[in-house]
Amino acid sequence: MEDLSFRHPVRARASGARQSAIVGVVASGNLEVLVERVLPDAECAVDIKTAAVGFGEVWSAVIGDFVERYSPGGLRFSINDGGARPDTVSLRLAQAVRLIAENGQ
Amino acid sequence: MTAPLKDVTPAERARSTSFYEASARTRLELLLDAGSLIEFIGPEQREVSPHLKIFDLPEQFDDGIVVGHGRLDGSLVFVAAQEGRFMGGAFGEVHGAKLTGLLRAAREIGTIPVLILFDTGGVRLQEANAGELAIAEIMRAVMEARSAGVKVIGLIGGRSGCYGGGGLIAGCCSALAVSEPGRIAVSGPEVIETNRGVEEFDSRDRALVWRTMGGKHRRLLGAADVFADDNVQDFREAALELLGLVGPFGLDRLKAEQERLAGRLRSFGACGDAVDIWTAEGIADSQAVPELPADQFIALANRIGRTSRDAR
Repeated sequence: MEDLSFRHPVRARASGARQSAIVGVVASGNLEVLVERVLPDAECAVDIKTAAVGFGEVWSAVIGDFVERYSPGGLRFSINDGGARPDTVSLRLAQAVRLIAENGQ
Repeated sequence: MTAPLKDVTPAERARSTSFYEASARTRLELLLDAGSLIEFIGPEQREVSPHLKIFDLPEQFDDGIVVGHGRLDGSLVFVAAQEGRFMGGAFGEVHGAKLTGLLRAAREIGTIPVLILFDTGGVRLQEANAGELAIAEIMRAVMEARSAGVKVIGLIGGRSGCYGGGGLIAGCCSALAVSEPGRIAVSGPEVIETNRGVEEFDSRDRALVWRTMGGKHRRLLGAADVFADDNVQDFREAALELLGLVGPFGLDRLKAEQERLAGRLRSFGACGDAVDIWTAEGIADSQAVPELPADQFIALANRIGRTSRDAR
């Protein structure tokens, strides 16, 4: 297992009022993303525990692209990864942002 | 053109969602009244397995089971749903404790039924002793809840089936609903082949696996009370039907269940294959059972009707 952690300054606060949401499942080639609205509006954090060791640079690129595209200000993402491909990671992150932007608790 | 998502009623969404394909959370959201699910010990509490990191294996924030309460046609129910894709839905220490706690809460309250959405290969081998203990605790908790007047309904239609200790717990429930892809057994196909040889059971013979452990056979044997088509709405209706059917539980019922099982063994003990059992049950074209669409199968199962309302 490898632990990775990324912190990014963000342009704008993520929309919605939900406090947390979860998408995905920890399985081979898949991952779960827990997103929580717990940070100041101009910050974003992504903490990853992955079964695939040695892919820090790929993660860095995927997370950088995601933050630039979705501006997820105020959100902390916690990821349990079962060795997902970068496109699956991008998809789950996008789903998490969309889910926490919905109405609800 | 498909209708915009907001114009689709919850029932329509549940009808068009495969129970087999859906995640544990999606199953619960669509099974219960819209927006009524409240989770206990949710993923944000990060109550993860204490064992997996020793094996350098990834954890899941809910340890592969969602427990909580919600409403079914307006009435309060406790629910538990296993995520069959995380470690085969297997029971670990935390996973098991969440279900045990739910059942004990149901026992204390006494009037709120419990729905268990099984999707499991059995005990998580990395947590062997803790997992085995969890199975024993859950079986006891099911029987104590039932003795206190609680109805415990099992719904089985997930990709991991209901195997190992999950099969034992299912056997303790008040009633079960199963779909065709749902399988119920204790030892799985590979386990039987490994222990008894390929002549006894060829685990690669998928047709053999399905007709021996699959939902249709379990319904025809009377092990499952209701057969559901593979969508969440059908399981919702099955749960409502079973909650209406289940009677009080006590020693008489347990004796009737013992008698039912003994009778089953007397009638079919000499059969070498599930097809022989179906023939003995009086199904004329028993070879065709695996191919029957759900509606025709349900009509057949209701006609054969091996479900005993006095047993279980």
